[in-house]
Amino acid sequence: MATTESIVNQPATPTPFQHISGSRKIKNALATALVTVAFLIALVPLGWLLVTVITRGFDAILSANWWSHSLSGVMPDEFAGGVYHALYGSIIQGLICAVIAVPLGIFTAIYLVEYGAGGRLARAVTFMVDILSGVPSIVAALFIFALWISVLGFPQSAFAVSLALVLLMLPVVVRSTEEMLRLVPDELREASYALGVPKWKTIARVVLPTALSGMVTGVMLALARVLGETAPVLILVGYSRSINFNVLEGNMASLPLLIYNELVSNPEAAGQLRAWGAALTLIIVIMILNLIAAASSRFSAIKNK
Amino acid sequence: MVKRIDVKDVDIYYGKFHAVQSVTVSVPPRSVTAFIGPSGCGKSTVLRTLNRMHEVIPGARVEGEVLLDGENIYAPSVDPVSVRRTIGMVFQRPNPFPTMSIRDNVVAGLRLAGTRDRKRLDEIAERALRSANLWAEVKDRLTKPGGGLSGGQQQRLCIARAIAVQPDVLLMDEPCSALDPISTLAIEDLIGELKKDYTIVIVTHNMQQAARVSDQTAFFNLPGVGQPGRLIEYNDTEKIFSNPDEKATEDYISGRFG
Amino acid sequence: MIGAMNDNATGTLETRSRGSRRSADLIFQGISTGSGIFVVLAIVLIGVFLLIQSVPSLAANNANFLFSAQFSTTDAGNLRFGIRDLLLVTVLSSAFALVIAMPIALGIALFLTQYAPTTLRRPFAYLIDVLAAVPSIVYGLWGLAVLGPALVPVAEWLNATFGWFPLFANGNVSIGGGGTIFTAGIVLAVMILPIITSITREVFRQTPADHIEGALALGATKWEMIRATVLPYGRSGYIGASMLGLGRALGETVAVLIILRTSTDPTTFSLFDGGYTFASKIASAAAEFNQPLPTGAYIAAGLVLFVLTFVVNAIARSIVGGKVNR
Repeated sequence: MATTESIVNQPATPTPFQHISGSRKIKNALATALVTVAFLIALVPLGWLLVTVITRGFDAILSANWWSHSLSGVMPDEFAGGVYHALYGSIIQGLICAVIAVPLGIFTAIYLVEYGAGGRLARAVTFMVDILSGVPSIVAALFIFALWISVLGFPQSAFAVSLALVLLMLPVVVRSTEEMLRLVPDELREASYALGVPKWKTIARVVLPTALSGMVTGVMLALARVLGETAPVLILVGYSRSINFNVLEGNMASLPLLIYNELVSNPEAAGQLRAWGAALTLIIVIMILNLIAAASSRFSAIKNK
Repeated sequence: MVKRIDVKDVDIYYGKFHAVQSVTVSVPPRSVTAFIGPSGCGKSTVLRTLNRMHEVIPGARVEGEVLLDGENIYAPSVDPVSVRRTIGMVFQRPNPFPTMSIRDNVVAGLRLAGTRDRKRLDEIAERALRSANLWAEVKDRLTKPGGGLSGGQQQRLCIARAIAVQPDVLLMDEPCSALDPISTLAIEDLIGELKKDYTIVIVTHNMQQAARVSDQTAFFNLPGVGQPGRLIEYNDTEKIFSNPDEKATEDYISGRFG
Repeated sequence: MIGAMNDNATGTLETRSRGSRRSADLIFQGISTGSGIFVVLAIVLIGVFLLIQSVPSLAANNANFLFSAQFSTTDAGNLRFGIRDLLLVTVLSSAFALVIAMPIALGIALFLTQYAPTTLRRPFAYLIDVLAAVPSIVYGLWGLAVLGPALVPVAEWLNATFGWFPLFANGNVSIGGGGTIFTAGIVLAVMILPIITSITREVFRQTPADHIEGALALGATKWEMIRATVLPYGRSGYIGASMLGLGRALGETVAVLIILRTSTDPTTFSLFDGGYTFASKIASAAAEFNQPLPTGAYIAAGLVLFVLTFVVNAIARSIVGGKVNR
């Protein structure tokens, strides 16, 4: 630095460096400005949206019964009750989905990393996981409708929603688990084999624990994604203003469904307030899951990354 | 139950690639046998076939026989898992399990095979750590993760882990190549003590190390590019380093190539 | 010396017949392989079931499925449905979103990999990822109540100034309401921005350091270095990422459903049209899925959407290739 400064500070001495043409400097500055502006542009909707949701939903989530009561018996134009029933619905639907999708996703990833080894089936699975991650949620919902309700004859229910969510959660779990398993050094597998530990036990007791924190991160992010899905709940379960604990039968609310219903079928100010409150609640739930994900990734057993 | 190993006419392939050609070696019990040779000559490959670890690599296959006290470890009825339990292995880079404590690392092989008796596991852990000359250094932090030890300590932890399952034979694949000279010396001393109880085969790229620790030495070489590696000479270490039968061995030992 | 592990008296090797762990291994491998096969089957089943459920309705359809703008399913005895307008609105809104999102995402990816101070790169990237964490219904709510009205002056100015150009001509809904493809497209652009950005960023970050150093050593300015190394290296990844974003936009349901106004008039291919996309049309009719034939009409629309996103995603994946695992 010192040398550069001394050169700059002595205009009398001609610079020993080649001159950079003005147009090149201008282009460079312009490019710097443009990419910085692009980043700032992206922050505008982010800040705008978050500020809107927080300011409009803040009063609702602090209201007396917000977290503890449903909307049972609450008039459309009356601001009372809360989202307890919808929160329960979101959480139970997400949990059932996770109970199915997480083992399925982990075993698929185990197949890809530990058994498939680039074979034809493994390539087909990888391709299909990619495709599945691009399947729109409405298509997944329609498929479950066609299979579960039209063909098998089950009623609309929270469980049907969970089945559709499985299709959306599965690729995220497979990808993140696969990535983590690939980061587990082969040396650990070899060390375990050399101790005379069978392959399945090596995977279950050495490889998976090593990859665990990263896998938890992936599952939390996947859960955060599916909890915000609206299309499956619109098609696969009816809305209820009161609590329903039965996942196999009857209408059940969830946060996205509550927002949608208040928005579409309740023009009263109280409905708008509820919609924004539920939106803020949903964002809080998703942020909590994201924070758990971030915390978990800090406890990674894999040091070299 | 210390055993001898007889390698009879073994050929090793990776897919279509012929990696090692017709190797025949007899490793006597309670002794140290060193495999030396230039990089890519197949010495580590041969070592890995002694406990069927090469099978972990897809496409690898072996022709010929490896006899453990006369019993072919490649016989169709033999479970590779039990081969590896009987013939332990220590790797080039120390690889303790990052999710386990020091004590759990040592007894990992037993715990993963279903031994639950805590008291017995503790005893075994202590004995294995003592045998690996590590007990004094770690006895106060057995519940800490193994990753916190120094490289040399980690490697001795891995040796303790390998001997805790009570193998008959111990294979070592360049166990000191990732270690500093002081840690290397500690491991070499340990090898000298362990040979009282085990049959040891060690691969090393360090000829002084082979001369220091081994009783017999096998020299492997690559006759040419694309050709399979071969065993050139197998003899007592003293003879290999003073008056080898083969000219190639002498050239290698004296540093004329490789 | 350390407690006998082999209980065989002779200490010989255990044979396979003894090993229950052998079968444990096989079971574990079987479960893993089965899970993999399930994923493949799931995709196949989605296609097959949607096809089976839509065939009777397609056979009973009295309108041209591909070219009719009608979508009338109230009379199960006289189904008249076609996807012309659904396709137009879907493609127009997604393409518009892509046109907005692509350059911005490129800029952000360059900013995050080449320009931002090293210590701030991760937190900045996290901010962009937060955009991906916001649920689509919240985007819809915001687009309807906040962004749409705020965009009205911009939309009116575009319409007044460039109205001679079909894209900015009067559409089939009022510009003043904000419920146009224009608004929906901008919301979609915000929604797909994080996907395009994160993959592009990942690809740019993999630009070989010696390429970059080589260019800088030749006396290139930062921008010249980027043009000579980062952009050519990451171009295919960027295009693939954009196509993944397009796939997401094509299938987005509830944000579009909330924002777009319905119209009785057919689509005019203007940004100031309203109407339905495939996804929003299906979701809007969810309450009426009680008779097989009308439901089948919507499932047929869903099948077209599935095929469309399948093709876009397959192309995108083949372009991005093995560079990024995301």
